[in-house]
Amino acid sequence: MNIAVVIRQVPDLIEPLEIDSSGTALDLGSASFIVNESDDHALEQAILLKEAGGATVSVVAMDFGDVDNTLYTAAAKGADGIVKISLDDGPPSPRAAAAVYAAAVKSLAPDLVLVGVQAHDEMDGGLSPFLAAALGLPYVGVIRGVKAGPQPGMITVCKEFPGAVMARLQVKLPAVLGILGADQPPRYVPVSRIRAAMKTTQFVEQAAAASPGPPAGVPPLLSICRLYPPATGSRAEMLSGSETEVAARIAEILVQKGLVK
Amino acid sequence: MSAQDVLVLADIQRGALADMTLELLAAARGLAAETGGQVLALVLSPDGASYAPSLGAADRIVLIDDPRLAGYSPEPFLAALHEVVAAEGPRAVLIGATSIGWDLGPLLAARLAAPLVTGCKAVQADGDALRVTTSFCAGKMMAEVQVKASPAVLVVLPGSFRPDGQAGKAVVQQRKPAAPLAAGAVAFDDWILPEAGDVDITQQDVLVAVGRGIQQKDNLELAEELAQALGGAVCASRPVVDQGWLPPTRQVGKSGMTVKPKLYLALGISGAPEHQEGMKDAEVIIAVNTDPKAPIFDVAHFGAEVDVLDFLPALTGAIQARKG
Repeated sequence: MNIAVVIRQVPDLIEPLEIDSSGTALDLGSASFIVNESDDHALEQAILLKEAGGATVSVVAMDFGDVDNTLYTAAAKGADGIVKISLDDGPPSPRAAAAVYAAAVKSLAPDLVLVGVQAHDEMDGGLSPFLAAALGLPYVGVIRGVKAGPQPGMITVCKEFPGAVMARLQVKLPAVLGILGADQPPRYVPVSRIRAAMKTTQFVEQAAAASPGPPAGVPPLLSICRLYPPATGSRAEMLSGSETEVAARIAEILVQKGLVK
Repeated sequence: MSAQDVLVLADIQRGALADMTLELLAAARGLAAETGGQVLALVLSPDGASYAPSLGAADRIVLIDDPRLAGYSPEPFLAALHEVVAAEGPRAVLIGATSIGWDLGPLLAARLAAPLVTGCKAVQADGDALRVTTSFCAGKMMAEVQVKASPAVLVVLPGSFRPDGQAGKAVVQQRKPAAPLAAGAVAFDDWILPEAGDVDITQQDVLVAVGRGIQQKDNLELAEELAQALGGAVCASRPVVDQGWLPPTRQVGKSGMTVKPKLYLALGISGAPEHQEGMKDAEVIIAVNTDPKAPIFDVAHFGAEVDVLDFLPALTGAIQARKG
């Protein structure tokens, strides 16, 4: 099985988010970046399929943020090939990015394309269904777990629903999956293996083969009027003090409300 | 139907109408009042008539009854949805941010080359355009987006609108697909239900919920000790379950359980909209997080900016002291 995995960089939400001077976009220059969590699960799922029955795993990523470190980590985990797409500008929206990724993915002729089902910085949809549409391939998302079979050229997937309920679906390949979670958590790789991968891994570097924006003269489908942080703490009564002082106050509140008996 | 109408896709999961549908109807009613259009509810199911009484807030209900719509798979659902939207030409299509909606919203927008906004929390008419308020970055950022092209496909966050389950006199119409719905490459096989035996967190009065702030599996013991002291159970946000530290039956949120305990202690949980969806109706919510901008403080009754790992044994000790 030939598997392509798309991996994106997203702002690390541990750091404060800043809005740029236009008021309509995040200030990416002030952000630090991490691998998109569900993309990390997509890579793990691909490696698990490779280990279970043999597969070739190729990773495709745009050259943005701390992508090199992410790609060397992917190689250390077991990715066989790395495609890095260079951009003239910053990362495009998911919809525009789909055309860019589609060109790179198509050249790999994959049986299966795995993408995280969402990235937290998306507001115009998920990349994964738009990528499927751009590739002309079937799609199903919110997937937690993939197995090869029951027949050659097919996979069986679990689609998550509320209440810890799953739908088991059978998918004829080729197809695109939006991964929510892998069959097991993304593996840890020691720094020594990442350093070793840095010495042996060759990226296939490509320029973006499609314009990430709308064609000239065509207005964008959406116009962002403004970004703003939501009001926080609007409801909570905040308790101050040390951990011990806060704990004592909360215990008192719970007793008053009859929640400690 | 006119170009000012609003179409709602009824969200049906395992044969039951999801509450989300009534929220979508409320959003659609508000928007249609501004555009001067009507509200159309679309039911994709093998037996749609049984859902019609719950969709009274719509002006018109369109049923596509087809055996291919019995178990969910994207392609027949998308084909039926696309056909109706193309025929009716509404101003907006409202779809819930659910397991099914996350597939069909973007796929429909791609097929129609139509605008798509996800994470929608509010929508209003803005002249000929729509102005949509959306939440992203796990609830830490909001955006106002103007959408001019029709139809606008809007994927709405659960909990954004008060459900509208009013009885009405909606006209019910049966519609047959122009061409038989094809099975497609993705075929529904079966439902997998959670294994019995674990604690049912939906039945607990007290829940000690942990998130990323718990840092590692061994620290769950601290939460278990607090839960024991309070006579409750431990549950978690999605990242903890993704790590395999707790089973999916302990997950609270959009893709987990919806809980309404008397007390919900949210410890080291940032409170993304997907998590809030599952716990916002708890009677008392106490949140502890070192990030003062964590969205969990929006829904909590009490909050504190302290370290969870230091706080947990302190609260367990304080509770035990109170109990003597």
